[in-house]
Amino acid sequence: MTDRTNVVRLRDTAADSGELSRDASRPRLEKPDAQSVKMRTVGLRAFYGDVQVLKAIDLPIVERQVTAVIGPSGCGKSTFVRSLNRMHEVVPGARIEGQVLLDERDIYARDVDPVRVRRRVGMVFQKPNPFPTLSIRDNVLAGLVLNRVRVSDPDALVEKALRQAALWDEVKDVLARSGTSLSGGQQQRLCMARALALEPEVLLMDEPCSALDPIATARVEELIHELRQSYTIVVVTHNMQQAARVANLTAFFYMGELVEYDRTDTVFTRPKERRTEDYITGRFG
Amino acid sequence: MTAPARSGSLDLGYGSKLSGDAVFSRVTWVFALVVIVGLGAMAFEMAGASAPTLSVFGVEFVLGRVWDPLHRVFGALPFIYGTLVSSLLALVIAVPISFGVAIYLSELAASWQRDVLGFLVELLAAVPSVVYGLWGVFALAPWLRTSVEPALAKSLGFLPLFQGPIQGFGMLAGGVVLSIMILPTISSVSREVLRSVPSSLREGALALGATRSEMVRLAVLPYARSGLMGAVLLGLGRALGETMAITMVIGNRPEISASLFAPSYTMASVIANEFTEATGELHLAALAEIGLLLFVLTIALNVVARLLVGRVGRVAVRGRL
Repeated sequence: MTDRTNVVRLRDTAADSGELSRDASRPRLEKPDAQSVKMRTVGLRAFYGDVQVLKAIDLPIVERQVTAVIGPSGCGKSTFVRSLNRMHEVVPGARIEGQVLLDERDIYARDVDPVRVRRRVGMVFQKPNPFPTLSIRDNVLAGLVLNRVRVSDPDALVEKALRQAALWDEVKDVLARSGTSLSGGQQQRLCMARALALEPEVLLMDEPCSALDPIATARVEELIHELRQSYTIVVVTHNMQQAARVANLTAFFYMGELVEYDRTDTVFTRPKERRTEDYITGRFG
Repeated sequence: MTAPARSGSLDLGYGSKLSGDAVFSRVTWVFALVVIVGLGAMAFEMAGASAPTLSVFGVEFVLGRVWDPLHRVFGALPFIYGTLVSSLLALVIAVPISFGVAIYLSELAASWQRDVLGFLVELLAAVPSVVYGLWGVFALAPWLRTSVEPALAKSLGFLPLFQGPIQGFGMLAGGVVLSIMILPTISSVSREVLRSVPSSLREGALALGATRSEMVRLAVLPYARSGLMGAVLLGLGRALGETMAITMVIGNRPEISASLFAPSYTMASVIANEFTEATGELHLAALAEIGLLLFVLTIALNVVARLLVGRVGRVAVRGRL
């Protein structure tokens, strides 16, 4: 229960301080939709040791929309999403400058516990990583157990999360089996169920389909499509068709810079930047 | 240019019957064979040398509690007991510390701490065992006698483990010295095992809102479990065979006592102490049979370690076996 109160406290202090520290000199990105901004980065720079991999990124993440982050390998797109739930700093020598605001509250502020941030901003990784020593059921419940969330009916919750991840019908009879007994695509959906069970406000997906076959990819994409009804989703992909299929908004990164950000159809049909056009037409990357 | 000549010299190998690789493979095969033959010969020789006691005492040798070379009565149970109990005691002390060290080094320490501390821990393994023995004689045993053992007798004296006369030299001193000696083995193997846990599992736990300690408990330790078990068994193997340091502090009396304060004797110690002054053939044979038992015990243990070590950390652990 302490977790709940903490989340509330986090929000309250955000309202109190209310400080956005907007940098007027930076070009403001116009909001493609009139919806509310769930997260945004302000002059976000990321480093691995002395190497700068992100250069002053200002990007809004709009609530209940799917934002795709595209770009060639090494453009900083993975680093970008990992900085949205403070997973970037897990790598030794990695650090961040600038701000990432979640409900207008800087998640990198001194008094913010990264553990709480990750509780609110869930993540699905490139490679499916269910806990091999836990059963399918316990994998789904792992986040809740970790955060000491008391669940009155764990079985119902497991079912709900697995249904949300479109995995229930395939695993309902084998819930006691190890999470790694599933196929790659199923494992990835299990990881999504595991993240969804915590009911995060934002779900980050770092190339969630790159280790999956086309059929499994289609299922996961379908799922992303459904989940946007209730979640704010950021999906990193190097597959432009995938971005076009699942995302309403697309951000194009190139060499650590945010080159273009707009509605997905605009980015793909009428890109403003030459580099974006070159990339989506396959001239590089 | 001399291109044709050069290509000609490259062709030289084709004519000979044995290519360089075949020679290399045979030579190394012979070396590998030496190890196997050596091991087999050792077992055979020890079995041969212990034939007299095997035929005189039979299974009584293992179960007998009296070791009296003057009257030609040889029972090895006190030594087996001393070896097993001192080794187990060493594990009880060393395993929690080693796991703590390994978890700190692999999961929490900054990279410079990792290097420095890791080096220092490995350094413990480089200290000659006689030096540990001297430390045990001059520092540990007096300290146990004056401080630790009286305190234990006072607070936990209702347990048979902590009763009886306090002497410093004995099972407890042996176990403590052994624990320090096996600590580097267990902690460095455990560290390698923990390092072999995929970082994707760690990240998965962290992304769910795990703290570092929860990450270790949820993702790292369960995955590394069998590898850690292997690390413990490797430590046990080292403790069973350790001779010099424990001989210097355990008191060397072939008695079986429930008290950890009482002196004891180990299999390795009795061989080292009595071999040069063995009185007669039967005595020698008895010592050889103890050697054979120790040999079988450690081999069995290593086999069990190998069987227990699952896919995780297999490389790390097997490198040490």
